[in-house]
Amino acid sequence: MQDEPTPTELLNAVAEFLRKDIAPKISGAAAFKLRVATNAIDLVVRQLELSEPRAGEELKHLVKLLGEDGSLLDLNRKLADSIATGAVDLRTPGLADHLWQTTMDKLAVDQPNYASYRRELERKENS
Amino acid sequence: MSESFEADLARCVTRWCAGATGIANAARLSGGASQETWSFDIVHPNGDIGAILRRAPSGYGAAPERAAGLDAEAVLMQRAYAGGIPSPPVMHVLEATDGLGTGFIMGRIAGETIARKILRDDAFAAVRPKLARQVGEVLRGLHGLDRATLPQLRRMTPATEIAELTRDYRSFDWPRPVFDLALRWLADNDPGPARHETLVHGDFRNGNLIIGEDGIRAVLDWELAHFGDPMEDLGWICVNSWRFGAIDKPVGGFGSREEMFAGYEAAGGRVDAARVKYWEVMGTLRWGVMCCGMMQRFRAGPDHSMERAMIGRRASETEIDLLRLLAPRARGG
Repeated sequence: MQDEPTPTELLNAVAEFLRKDIAPKISGAAAFKLRVATNAIDLVVRQLELSEPRAGEELKHLVKLLGEDGSLLDLNRKLADSIATGAVDLRTPGLADHLWQTTMDKLAVDQPNYASYRRELERKENS
Repeated sequence: MSESFEADLARCVTRWCAGATGIANAARLSGGASQETWSFDIVHPNGDIGAILRRAPSGYGAAPERAAGLDAEAVLMQRAYAGGIPSPPVMHVLEATDGLGTGFIMGRIAGETIARKILRDDAFAAVRPKLARQVGEVLRGLHGLDRATLPQLRRMTPATEIAELTRDYRSFDWPRPVFDLALRWLADNDPGPARHETLVHGDFRNGNLIIGEDGIRAVLDWELAHFGDPMEDLGWICVNSWRFGAIDKPVGGFGSREEMFAGYEAAGGRVDAARVKYWEVMGTLRWGVMCCGMMQRFRAGPDHSMERAMIGRRASETEIDLLRLLAPRARGG
């Protein structure tokens, strides 16, 4: 077992330093790059916090959809191939829900402010 | 920036611009390793002239296979200008003796290309409601350019586009079931080649349009121009990624499809709305594949930049947009 602080705590401290102490001191292309850098750190923090619990759900659904066991990567390959060949399509029970859920999970990490994602999130809360 | 570059540029300009005495304020605007864009002023006794250089430096000859090439771009912009399409005048096409690589020099047009400013700043509030219709008019104009006067370009159909996207996606060797769903839908719904194929700009969207308070002032970046279905351009500008948050205004975040269609038809074109929708799906997938390509280039180098890496994490944006197009959820508003 590794000791504290956690990776998330360390990364948040780095991001805060970059935003509060460095950002006000630079401008132009360097300031733009710094924003990209802090965005990248924030993304990694979200992935550390969110992806593990969601991965378990995703695996469970993949096993159910495909009727076989495997790693997340293997089963995703299998699902992609099955859609490509037409063996599985939107009429297959559970496929649309699975694709929606895994895509929403990706957006929660990658781009939680993306307008389409915000819209779909509201829809889910209202339904 | 090297002094010899500026000296070469000044020598080049004084050779063809009568009365010019040199250049000033040269500044690199953007571009990757293979293509550069420079802004500079031609120093002239009658008043300086704002200019833009677009070039591929020597040694970067190998353009990606999609690219029309800078020489073709120069001809396209000349034809567009002559045909009344908002376009900067091309002042000079680089020659080997210029020592500046390949490319061309054009007039600098004042205005804004940054979507967020165009979609939000007060300066554009009055013109914004007119832009969707203008997009239709300008697109019809460029689709109407006489093919006989245009350079050799690639011909693309839905089938060739699907084949390229499939190949690119497979080369990433990373499963994205939503991309497979889109590829399958595109193949199952392929409308075939257009009956009337025309010049297609190929990248007509926010970022490649100079917009002023009076509307569209210039169409830029003809790098992806080809021959094919004119409806492709109408679909591409509806791709959600170019709406920059204004997702209820499908045409670039400016306005409605109906307004764009009305402008296109008033200018003498005919719209096939089903094909436009088809190309919107294709375009959404294409941008997704391009995002993945950025990530691949980040890994392979030499442009090992954070920006490219982070664009790889925008591919999922196109996945949610593809699902909204192909598997919309029934309930809610």
